[in-house]
Amino acid sequence: MTTTGSEQNKAPGSTGGEMGLNARNNIRQPLWLLAELTYACPLQCPYCSNPMDFANIKSELTTEEWINVFKQARAMGATQLGLSGGEPLARPDIIELIQEARNLGFYTNLITSGIGLDASKAQAFKDAGLDHIQVSFQASSEDLNNLIAGTDAFQHKIEMAKAVKAAGYPMVLCFVTHRQNIDQIEDILDLAINLDADYVELATTQYYGWAMHNRDQLLPMKEQLERAEAIAHRYQEEQKGNMKIYYVVPDYYEERPKACMNGWGNVFLTVTPDGTALPCHAARDLPGMELPNVRDLSIREIWEDSNDFNRFRGFDWMKEPCRSCDERFKDFGGCRCQAYMLTGDPAMADPVCSKSPDHHLILEAIERGREEAAKPAQEAKPLVFRNPKNSKEICGS
Amino acid sequence: MTERTFNADSVPVLALGYRFQWEPAQDCYVLLYPEGMVKLNPAAGEILKRVSEKKQTVGELIAELKAAFNGADLDDDVYQFLEEAHDNDWIRAE
Repeated sequence: MTTTGSEQNKAPGSTGGEMGLNARNNIRQPLWLLAELTYACPLQCPYCSNPMDFANIKSELTTEEWINVFKQARAMGATQLGLSGGEPLARPDIIELIQEARNLGFYTNLITSGIGLDASKAQAFKDAGLDHIQVSFQASSEDLNNLIAGTDAFQHKIEMAKAVKAAGYPMVLCFVTHRQNIDQIEDILDLAINLDADYVELATTQYYGWAMHNRDQLLPMKEQLERAEAIAHRYQEEQKGNMKIYYVVPDYYEERPKACMNGWGNVFLTVTPDGTALPCHAARDLPGMELPNVRDLSIREIWEDSNDFNRFRGFDWMKEPCRSCDERFKDFGGCRCQAYMLTGDPAMADPVCSKSPDHHLILEAIERGREEAAKPAQEAKPLVFRNPKNSKEICGS
Repeated sequence: MTERTFNADSVPVLALGYRFQWEPAQDCYVLLYPEGMVKLNPAAGEILKRVSEKKQTVGELIAELKAAFNGADLDDDVYQFLEEAHDNDWIRAE
């Protein structure tokens, strides 16, 4: 999920208006807790959303500390819990965490590569109350999947997708698309149909962290996207009532930015393996963050009172053109992390917006990707894989 | 108008992966599903509560609602909501 760009509340539903507002200071309650349980992962995907310096982050929260975080977030009204990582199955206490979370009333989502899973574990998690397992694939063919994942994982993933379904969960498959696999979209969807998937998320690579480092190698070209979108829409029609297909367009090709996190400090709370609380999983890299930790402060103090969570809440922090733009209530000015990465100032408009004075940066990135794609393979920049060695080499230790 | 899925004898059940529960913090019933949540208005909550609690036909469900709400004439509203919920993939007919 952390790499996908999906929305927190996909269906608007039969809602009764503005519920969940805190009357005192107009702060909503968190609805989504993303628990990044560990940065350990057997895969090395070059678009990983973990921070590039993950190898320097030690000291994972204990079982008791995580359960305490779950209790506090649940008491504030969070309903969705993402158990993510790294690879969450690398935590030996995963079943205990699932059980506690489910007993608290969370809808529990396990976001996994499938490595470390087997049929008996899928069933044991079900018995512990797990609601949903999302299995990620890197591609539809064994060779490309294993190349991107940096390990031999494809056949096991196929087996695990089947085991998930057999244990009585909906089968939710996630493919993160980019220039190197998006032309396989028909094969990807055929694979999902053959596996009898219930949901397929054709997510787009989000250019933060490792993916930003590899952007010239990953950013798809316009003609690739047009083809992929037409195919995805055809399958959506054909599979109606059978398999739900979510197709996400990379924001670099949009004229307006995504409503990132549904607004800063609005519904989304990430807690990283070492207990740092973030308004989004990429926000650690912004300048001037105080990075409050759940070991020192309650979730309520962090959510309501911390400078980090209040920094880009509401609309007062905005600069032009966002400040006077009618669309600010819809997209919140886009993504703060993307604004910072591309312009050096996290309070600027997300350059994805065509009204942004920095929009040319997006167009130039697309052009650089195209130039890189045209190079013969031996001259192209190699992908930098997400592993501890590269993390330490790039960030120092 | 598309074809109707439900009649008095069909049994509505929650779709795979959907969970129904009361949310004190929201002060309403909600439907939870992979990575999402729907907040339900009171009428929708009363209907889905009965769908999730036990397997029964639409006819039985309507009778139960009538008993709970002073014999109100709610047949059309229930059918309309069930069709809507089905279109949203929240429920299916058994």
